[in-house]
Amino acid sequence: MSSSFTRRRFLTSAVAASAAASASGAAALLARRYGLTPPDHGGLFGIGETLTYAAHRVLLSRQPLAREFNRDQISANFPAINTVMPEDDSYRQDIVGGFRQWRLTVDGLVARPSEFSLAELKNYPSRTQITQHICEQGWSAIGEWTGVPLSLVLNAVGIQPQAKYVFFNCVDGWWDSLDMADAWHPQTLLAYAMNGRDLPVPHGAPVRLRVERQLGYKNLKYLSSITVTDSAKDWGKGQGAQGAENGYSWYAGI
Amino acid sequence: MCRGSACWCVIVALNMPELAQIGPLPKQDPGALNPPRHRAVVRVAHWINMLAFLALVISGGAILLAHPRFYWGETGAFGTPALIELPLPLNLDQSGWGRSLHFLAAWICVLNGSVYVVSGLISGHFRINFLPDRAEIAMNAILHRLSDSLRWRKLSEEESMTYNVLQRLTYVSVVFALFPLMIVTGLAMSPAVSAVVPAVPRIFGGHQSSRTVHFFVTNLLIVFLIVHVAMVGLAGFWSRMRPMITGRPVRRKQGI
Repeated sequence: MSSSFTRRRFLTSAVAASAAASASGAAALLARRYGLTPPDHGGLFGIGETLTYAAHRVLLSRQPLAREFNRDQISANFPAINTVMPEDDSYRQDIVGGFRQWRLTVDGLVARPSEFSLAELKNYPSRTQITQHICEQGWSAIGEWTGVPLSLVLNAVGIQPQAKYVFFNCVDGWWDSLDMADAWHPQTLLAYAMNGRDLPVPHGAPVRLRVERQLGYKNLKYLSSITVTDSAKDWGKGQGAQGAENGYSWYAGI
Repeated sequence: MCRGSACWCVIVALNMPELAQIGPLPKQDPGALNPPRHRAVVRVAHWINMLAFLALVISGGAILLAHPRFYWGETGAFGTPALIELPLPLNLDQSGWGRSLHFLAAWICVLNGSVYVVSGLISGHFRINFLPDRAEIAMNAILHRLSDSLRWRKLSEEESMTYNVLQRLTYVSVVFALFPLMIVTGLAMSPAVSAVVPAVPRIFGGHQSSRTVHFFVTNLLIVFLIVHVAMVGLAGFWSRMRPMITGRPVRRKQGI
């Protein structure tokens, strides 16, 4: 093996390695500069999470709508998984009373912390959309959702400019969060009806979240409160979602 | 802009040393100058891609276990008729790490593959080593080569220095058809990407069809991998591995 051969190999490897290192370093700096790092950006898998999140935020910067379908494409069979009946006693009593006791509290970085009853949410202008629910497991189903766009509720309470995340708490104890791009998106709904009827209990009654450009598990069921924050640090381990602590990406646009 | 030109510099730098030698040398005068068999970019990209591909297959398997059924069209779930139901144990607990590894490996595969393809186009790697001659694509020539291969006819040293028509057609399909199909069908399953380009899932017949095509193309790539590794073994493991590691072929008779 000649010396020029090894030197050449050393030089090319050095050029390649330093270029790769500086490119990823520059990419990480850029991502941080423009707020393109997700809360679960740590660790080896965090590299993939950050690349995907940053790429999608650039790709989706013009806020395109998720695909919508025709009424005849609605799935007759729409599975309901995870919690299908919360164990909470007052919740169960409320089912009988048509969720008259249910309230959605909205607080955090807002001008007017508020509480909304189901009737109050139904008084807002609504949006109806027929979309595909894509489960991370691999199945998918099309359903029609009606609800109040989250943006209308956020406007009603007055969001402070430093807001970065919208956190959601659920009756069954689950919690998750969205960034402001998805929170303001016109298809992001607080949905109270499915396929033209009141939202069934297995699908998250009385109100569930619809985030159409992310996987099924981001579409939380049984909403109970919303908190607007400028950081994900104070929630659990700071990864932005309970699912993220179990190994599922915080950002699920895939 | 700045990063783009930096990228180009790296690609050109990596190609430079061997650009002069790769040319038509292997075909004309094999072994005369003991020419490097594979350029540095090709070798590095090959092994990075191998690691990424293995990670993709393993993590893809973990994801598949959460729903080992395939459908055609937009939707499908337990309770709707399946196109194929794989006899695999249902396991809902492996898709968390499975997905994280899958998308990390997919990024590595795509970025690494882009460097490889751009550099291969610049250096002429694809034109010289992958594109079959017009005469070779004739059905007769292909069948002739196939019968040679099936009868294990020993290759002359000259023949072993260049890819035959079957290898060329296979590599062209893997690089320019199968891998791109994997990427596009993978992206088609993303609810965010399909919001930007709704045509992507539509050309495959819907979300579930894209998933099904993704699975079938995976199988083709696994078949390619098995044949590829078997061929390397049959052709002489080290005589084929060494060029892909150090870039130098093993010279017969003269020793190493």
